[in-house]
Amino acid sequence: MVDLNAVTCSYDGTPVLSGIDLAVSATQFTGIVGPSGSGKTTLLKVLLGTVRPVFGSVHRSRELRIGYVPQVETVSWNFPVTVSECVLMARTRGRVLPWRSRDENAEVEQVLTRLGIEGLAGRHIRELSGGQQQRVFIARALLGDPNLLLMDEPTSGVDVRTRHDVLHLLDDLHDLGLAIILTTHDLNGIASHLPHVVCLNTEIIGEGTPRQALTADILERTYGARMEILEHAGMPVVLDHFHHGRVVPLRQRTGS
Amino acid sequence: MGELLRPFEFEFFRNGVIVATFAGALCGMVGVIVVLRGMSYIGHGLSHSIFGGYAASALIGVNYVLGAGLWGVVSALMISGVTRRRVIGADAAIGVITTASFALGLALFAVFGRRGRSFDAALFGSVLGVGSADVWTITGLTIAVAVAGFFGYRRLLFTTFDPEVAAASGVRTGIVDAFVMLVLATSILATMQVVGVTLIAATLVIPATVARMLTNSFSRMLFLATGIGGVCGFVGMNASYHADVQPGPSIVLVGAALFTVVFVVTGSRGRRRTIGLIERSAADALRAPGPRRALS
Repeated sequence: MVDLNAVTCSYDGTPVLSGIDLAVSATQFTGIVGPSGSGKTTLLKVLLGTVRPVFGSVHRSRELRIGYVPQVETVSWNFPVTVSECVLMARTRGRVLPWRSRDENAEVEQVLTRLGIEGLAGRHIRELSGGQQQRVFIARALLGDPNLLLMDEPTSGVDVRTRHDVLHLLDDLHDLGLAIILTTHDLNGIASHLPHVVCLNTEIIGEGTPRQALTADILERTYGARMEILEHAGMPVVLDHFHHGRVVPLRQRTGS
Repeated sequence: MGELLRPFEFEFFRNGVIVATFAGALCGMVGVIVVLRGMSYIGHGLSHSIFGGYAASALIGVNYVLGAGLWGVVSALMISGVTRRRVIGADAAIGVITTASFALGLALFAVFGRRGRSFDAALFGSVLGVGSADVWTITGLTIAVAVAGFFGYRRLLFTTFDPEVAAASGVRTGIVDAFVMLVLATSILATMQVVGVTLIAATLVIPATVARMLTNSFSRMLFLATGIGGVCGFVGMNASYHADVQPGPSIVLVGAALFTVVFVVTGSRGRRRTIGLIERSAADALRAPGPRRALS
């Protein structure tokens, strides 16, 4: 669907991405992990087409339709917009009349029902819980009938139950044939559950299944900190408060 | 009642009321976009900047709409150029360039004297210089902006709310942004004569903020702000005649009184809706929308 070949991006001369090679297929379900400032969001925006590389090339297939779910922290929650108005933004291009048609109303209703937030159409976006807010933006992306969904930290700032719900929703959407690429800081709650993980720090440090990518060596090179990897139910579990071969609670480390 | 209607016997006042009402409605409508995009300071700066062009065109006898308009465009390009070099921020660039332009206007009037249109009228607004050409200009402009807003509603909404995703979805956000700047500059030019450059920013911000306190819907906010702006213009112009003050301060004070009433009546709900309207990005950074904090 999308091929990145030796893509390099920079802001004010400082490289944010360097020599990125990535092939996105129709069955992709990938989590991009890395420290803050490692280029995760920039990589999504290169795929989206809103950031152009200074070197390298991006090839998109003709049938590519991308849906983008922004980071919730970047959304203006005080903006006067209801759930249905927000979702209907996906139907902007080529539309001239401001009011919605009967078909558009039905489509909005259908996508809200599909995501389990029917009945919230008239609510202001700020009046929703974190999980509902995330679903509104997924609904907007889905209304554009995408075959690739890009999500920037879909579970940041949400509780464990919501994170679980969002992950299962994405799994269902992937089963229905939607390719998904998301960024996350959550190595155990999200990344280790995905079929494919990319460890990024300006360049791709490692990629593969969670067992292949979430290794102590790759994570140390990605985050610059030593971590221990345990295994639970066939999935890697990353321990980060790790010091001289054992997990140390914070109070002991600070000596209090 | 007769006393209230008496000023309508004068043609200059009838013209002034029409212009003030349409100017208020126009600024209210444009103000919604200005406020939601966090562009209030640009509106304020642009109006001051245009004063420099107004003074220069008055002195050399050029049409003030043309002169001040060109001056505004040059100022906007200079702000954009300085900001792009990233040496100083956009707010500082606006502060330096627009106040320098305003100061130049004052200096030109001081050195070369006052010719043509009134100096005080440009600063604080006047009903005396309003002619039928102004009536037709403001009426036509308001209708044109309303029609463009009607047909471009969806693009305007998407681009204002989420410009990056809008661009990625195929909306030509550059054209929408240019349209907004053009409408803002023309609205300031058309309103300057009645309201005055020092107070135009208030006519952009107050109706939109009052409307935001009353609704959670973008479309309703547009209608409400337009209506509120028009009412403030009409009432303010009448109050101006009876209280014998310039129209600019009078219109702004009516708006401020309405803001106070709505602020008190809508209580904490209205206030929550307006949090961060002016400094949207700063407020958003502090307000992570987690499940508990997001509830209003």
